[in-house]
Parts: sequence; C-alpha cells; structure tokens
Amino acid sequence: MSKNTAEVVIIGGGISGCATAYYLAKLGVTDIVVIEKDFLASGSTGRCGAGVRQQWGLKMNVLLSKESIKAYETLNEELDTGLDIEFKQEGYLMLAYSEKMVEQYKKNVALQKSLGIEVELITSEEAREIVPYLNTEGLLAATFCPTDGHINPFITTNSYAEAARRLGVRILTFTEVTGIDVEKGRVVAVETTKGKIFTNRVLNAAGGYSREVAAMAGVKLPTHPERHQILVTEAVAPVQGPMVISLHHGIYCQQAPHGSFIMGFGDPNELKEHVITSTWHFLEEMAAKILPLLPPLAELRVVRQWAGLYNMSPDAQPILGEVPQLQGFYNAVGFSGHGFMLGPVTGRLMAELISGRQPHMDISPLSLERFEKGELLREPSVV
Amino acid sequence: MEDKDTIICRCEDLTREDVRKLIAAGYTTLEEIKRISRCGMGPCQGRTCLPLLAREIAAMTGKDLAEILPAKTRPPVKGIKLGTLEKGREDHE
Repeated sequence: MSKNTAEVVIIGGGISGCATAYYLAKLGVTDIVVIEKDFLASGSTGRCGAGVRQQWGLKMNVLLSKESIKAYETLNEELDTGLDIEFKQEGYLMLAYSEKMVEQYKKNVALQKSLGIEVELITSEEAREIVPYLNTEGLLAATFCPTDGHINPFITTNSYAEAARRLGVRILTFTEVTGIDVEKGRVVAVETTKGKIFTNRVLNAAGGYSREVAAMAGVKLPTHPERHQILVTEAVAPVQGPMVISLHHGIYCQQAPHGSFIMGFGDPNELKEHVITSTWHFLEEMAAKILPLLPPLAELRVVRQWAGLYNMSPDAQPILGEVPQLQGFYNAVGFSGHGFMLGPVTGRLMAELISGRQPHMDISPLSLERFEKGELLREPSVV
Repeated sequence: MEDKDTIICRCEDLTREDVRKLIAAGYTTLEEIKRISRCGMGPCQGRTCLPLLAREIAAMTGKDLAEILPAKTRPPVKGIKLGTLEKGREDHE
C-alpha cells in the first residue's frame, strides 16, 4: 500500500460507499480510501431489483427518495464519466387488492402530493391503459407515479467510483477489512488484507455485512442479512413502461430498458443468514405469482437467477449517523432492500456528517439510538 | 479484421474494440466486464464470449490465461419459459 493513512476510510464498494466517497470529495475531503472485499457493486447493490420509487407511506421515505430521484435525473451530467446510468423513468404502478389497501394508498397519495410528488390514485381501467396486458381481475385500484423507474446499479456505482477517483479518492477492490482498531473511545485504524490504514473516521457501508463490520469495532448493530431472490428473462422489444408492484402478492416486475424483465417476490420464509444461492422453488413460485397478473410473460425464457442480501433493521428503515459511544465510527446501513434507490441522498447526508457539517435534512429519527428509545419507524408500503 | 468489426459477444453485440476499451479503463476481471457491458448476460450465458474475453484480458494485462478467473455460472443454465415453470409447479403441487 503506497500510503498508510487516510482522513476517511469507507468500508464497502456499493452504492452507499461510492456515492459518499464522491460527495465527500466534492466537499473537499479527498484523502479517502474505499475498501471493497470483491469488485464494486458485487454485494447487495449489484444484486438488487434496480427499481427507484417515491411512493412511500412515511414522510421521511418520500423526502429521501424524492431527493435521490432528482439527483439521478441529472447524474450522467454531474458525474461526467461518459457512462450512462440507464435511467428509464416510466413510473411505478402499485396495485391494490383490498379495501384496506385502497384506504392506505389514498393516505399515501395525499402525503406524497403534499410533498410535491406527481402521483395519482387510478382505477383498474386506467391501470390497464398503462400496462395493456395487465389482468385486472380482483384489482380495486392502483397508484401511479410517472417519475419513478429503473436505473442500472452496476453502471451507477462504477460511475460514482470513477468520478470519485478523478477527485483523488483511492479505491481498493479485492481487499478485505479484517479489523478496526479503537483507542479511548475513538477509531484509530482499519486493518485490511493489504495492510493497516491509520484513520480517525470510518464509514460502515458494508450492506449485508454491516453487523459483522461493526462488531470489529465493538459496536453492536441490530441488523441481519436476509436472502432475496430475483430472476431475469431474455430481452424482448419494449412493451412494459412501469414497474408493476403488488404488495398483496408481494411481487415486483419491471422491463429494463435493455429489454429483459427483472422480477422478484418477498418470501417470509427466506433464510436470514449469509446465503446467496438460488433455488428452483423460487423459479416456480415466481412464475406462479406473476403469470396470473401478466399472462403474456409465460412465453419469456428465464436466462438467469441470482440472490442477494437485504440488510434488515428492526423497523426496516436505514440506520444513518455516528455511533454515540465511538467517535469517528459512522453507519449507513440497514436499508432493508432500499439502499440502491436512496444512494445519492445517503451519499450527500453521510458526506455532510463526516465532514463536520449540519446535514441538510433532519435525519435524527434514523439514528441507531432509536431502537433503545423504542422510537421505531413504521413504513406501511414495503415488499 | 479490425477490432471494431470483430464480435466478441454476439448476444449483446460487443466488439473486440468495446471490450479492449473496458480493459484499458481498468475493468480487468470477467465479473466486472460482464456487469458493466452485459458481455455473457445474453441467451448464451457467456458460453461463446467469456473464453474470448478471458483471452483479451490475459493479453492486455500480461497475465497468464490460467490466472483469469471464470465468471460465476448462474442457473438455470438453459433458458426456460415462465409458462413451463408454472406448469411444472402444478405437476407436483
């Protein structure tokens, strides 16, 4: 290793780590090392469903995702790397199958509109105009926000990384963190498979491994990994604009701009450990769940399936901020399946915190202390 | 034949020029190039292109071909229609 000190060490080369590195460097803190045990976006970021939405039931989530999507809209120009993040902004169509869900969606839409989101509660006939082959049997209503969409996670992460490197950030891939040294209640160094780096500020952006990385510094995090599986089909001509999502069936399905369909479902029996193998069971269940809703997809061939880890927190909301008992140790963890879509806002907020600035949004409700105080957040609209 | 006319990945239409640019930009593993360019992500799942890509990486980085690690192979190996999967499930339900 050429230099064994850094102002900031970021653990994790996914969207949160690379975006934070970029925004920190933009604020003038360029002496940064990002450490990634494999290649960039090899963990949760590169395994996600690649959807970005603002349709949430909690004000905090609407505000965070609204800012992220705004940032993604101009990210190609901002980062200027020549890479295209492939933002397909053709909306999310959220289906409602019970009166209770319709009532919840009415509240969500009112909240989202009050925060400046372009969103409508629509009828099943209107939903069919947006996705003509949608089987609307049993469908009571839907909500549609045209500025939600799809973004390529690999290219986005690499684009942030390239822009950060241009500003002087060092990125060490295929390098694993093996220890975090603490003295008198503050971080002093990070040990890696390529040597020790002396630093006073560390960001834990380790996704599925956030708990294990925090434990190296003696910090106990209430996060755990949970496997989620996905499949992708062969590419066909563009036929589906929005992501179709049904919380009732627990499924989501989107056609990427490249033409392939990406889909997954939430399985309450999924393993809550470090397992990222795929199962045949998932393929069959996915087919059985999606085909009644979108029948013509029966003709599409599945070309690949994979799995990744949600980093779950007790209330399925992220944990952002410095750990009170350990000076210089910051977390951007526990995204519970939504880390990629929140990448830009996470990066900005963490860059502000780490560089000693006041965050531009009040994120105190997302602090680690909320679990001790019993101030859990409740988001009603998650897969 | 020129690099821009030589196809490496026929599913995703990537030329030798395209992949050599990526290798020059620092993407020097099969896993990284697959994800940034989709080389190997099409219907053939990399059977045609990945060995060719491995040779390009070895040649440009000066590494031995044996050092270029294969990309992860993912199920279901051959494409299967969603409709077939749904019927298969009915058979053993």
